[in-house]
Amino acid sequence: MRTPLFTLILSAIAAALYLSFRFIDNDYLFFAGYVVLQYVVIATAWNVLGGYCGYVNFGSAGFFAIGVYSTIFFYNIGQSPGDVFPEFLLGPMQWIFPLPLPVLILLGGVFAGLVGLGMGYLTLRLRGVFFAIATLALAVVLETFIVNWPFVGGSRGAYVIPPEKIAVFGTFIQYLFVLMLILAVGSLVAARLVERSRLGVGFATIRDDELAAEASGVPTLRLKLVATVLSGALFGMAGAPFPFYIGYVEPGSAFNLSYAVNAIAMPMIGGTTSWIGPMVGALILSTLQQVVTVTISSAVNLLITGLLLIGFVILAPNGLVGLWQGWTARRNKS
Amino acid sequence: MSQIMGEPVTETFDDVAEPLLAIDQLGKRFGGFVALDTVDLSVPAGQRLGLIGPNGSGKSTLVNCISGTLQNETGSVMFGGRRVDGLPAHQRARLGLARSFQLPRPFRSMTVAENIRVPLIYTVGARHGVHLTSSELEDRCLEVLSLVALQDKAKKSPLDLTQVEMRKLELARAMAAEPKLLIADESMAGLSHSEVEDIVALLIRMNQRGVTIIMIEHIMRAVMAFSQRLVVLVSGRKIADGAPDEVIKDKDVVGAYLGT
Repeated sequence: MRTPLFTLILSAIAAALYLSFRFIDNDYLFFAGYVVLQYVVIATAWNVLGGYCGYVNFGSAGFFAIGVYSTIFFYNIGQSPGDVFPEFLLGPMQWIFPLPLPVLILLGGVFAGLVGLGMGYLTLRLRGVFFAIATLALAVVLETFIVNWPFVGGSRGAYVIPPEKIAVFGTFIQYLFVLMLILAVGSLVAARLVERSRLGVGFATIRDDELAAEASGVPTLRLKLVATVLSGALFGMAGAPFPFYIGYVEPGSAFNLSYAVNAIAMPMIGGTTSWIGPMVGALILSTLQQVVTVTISSAVNLLITGLLLIGFVILAPNGLVGLWQGWTARRNKS
Repeated sequence: MSQIMGEPVTETFDDVAEPLLAIDQLGKRFGGFVALDTVDLSVPAGQRLGLIGPNGSGKSTLVNCISGTLQNETGSVMFGGRRVDGLPAHQRARLGLARSFQLPRPFRSMTVAENIRVPLIYTVGARHGVHLTSSELEDRCLEVLSLVALQDKAKKSPLDLTQVEMRKLELARAMAAEPKLLIADESMAGLSHSEVEDIVALLIRMNQRGVTIIMIEHIMRAVMAFSQRLVVLVSGRKIADGAPDEVIKDKDVVGAYLGT
């Protein structure tokens, strides 16, 4: 399927989803749907580096939080431009701030992408478990940095007060939901595009054998940097609207372990070799978590994720997509 | 030709004005261990060069320094009149320097044909700045695979191949890059008599298509059948360089292998 057609179909599905939610007219659906879609973006972001290139990133929460705190930073500037800018700049700045949410999302993506570039440059000479440890350390360093930065709230946290109503969409949560829906569609299209391009072939050679890749002319370091930037930017964009969703952010929630765990678990459960896997994993696992939160308890969330992850790693290391491919291959043979 | 044991040979067998590969005073250490000690080697275009030496003599290190998998510490590597030491491996590949690995390193998640596509995309395509269409790519893949008689296995996973097929895939992937120089690092270890002949014939065919080949090998029958020139490496030094039947009679070479 060509990319424009694929984009069109995915957008149609997304539009149908939004309209059916609107028809049901229950804000809870938008609240829960936002989180599920956020995890579709997060799982896809992780998979660009972890699934395509084989570099396991444990620092997902750090990249997500960069998006979150980029929004807090610009939101705080917008709250009181007079404290931040000198007199002569105040006029134009009051015209620019407060920044609209789509711009904040792009900014979150830019910052997280830049940090991804820096991290890639520093750590991509490390292999396997050492790379994973370095990414984990990066998240800790970032959290320490945020905790000690009073302008974005430090350890006290920061409030973001979303407007109650918004034009066209009605409630603000519907607006957030639609933005996240667009992001999810965009990241899936991007992941699929990468997968089928020369870039995707290069990523796969890095995952399989870096020495052989270099010998075949693949510029492995440059491609890995592309992957860390793309992955980081998607994480950042997933995190940027979060303060508006949650209303109050503190480092403990922005850098929460659940982001790092889910970012790994969802692609692993869905399957890491194609764009479908992270999407399926995120949809199933995140929906399950939402249901469990309401019906049983919010504390059971990560337990379920952990148990499913262990089960899949042992029983179906290639995830649901791998199971499906195995099943169709067997059926074709017989 | 014969030299005192331990003295590196500095003169080369073939003095051509513009050699394809010119290695000058190449040195590489691993900690306190000297893997390569001032190795000189000049290879004219079109030659079939055999490189032998006991285990641990530095053959693979030399290959790695030429192809860019490792970086040399002293000396220089010139390829096609251009200094290449310091360049990353993928840039050397694009200049026309291809290698196969001692243990086959196929891209496991891809089919045999997709393995061949990688150098077609990243070396041939990048070199000319034009990228082949997918049908052109497919044709070229099959063409390269038919060189090594693997065209029927194009859609298989490399993991389903036999040992000899795996070696052929390794060579085919190197050949797909349209190299000027191919370094075959022990591509016959562990193969049967007829399989060895198969690979030697394949390498000679590739040479006849105009590719300069350096073959590293332990199987002397293959080395003698293949080489126009033979270089012997012992403890990181070149101790002999010349016509194969003369070199194997050299007392230093015999001494190095038999320990006398």
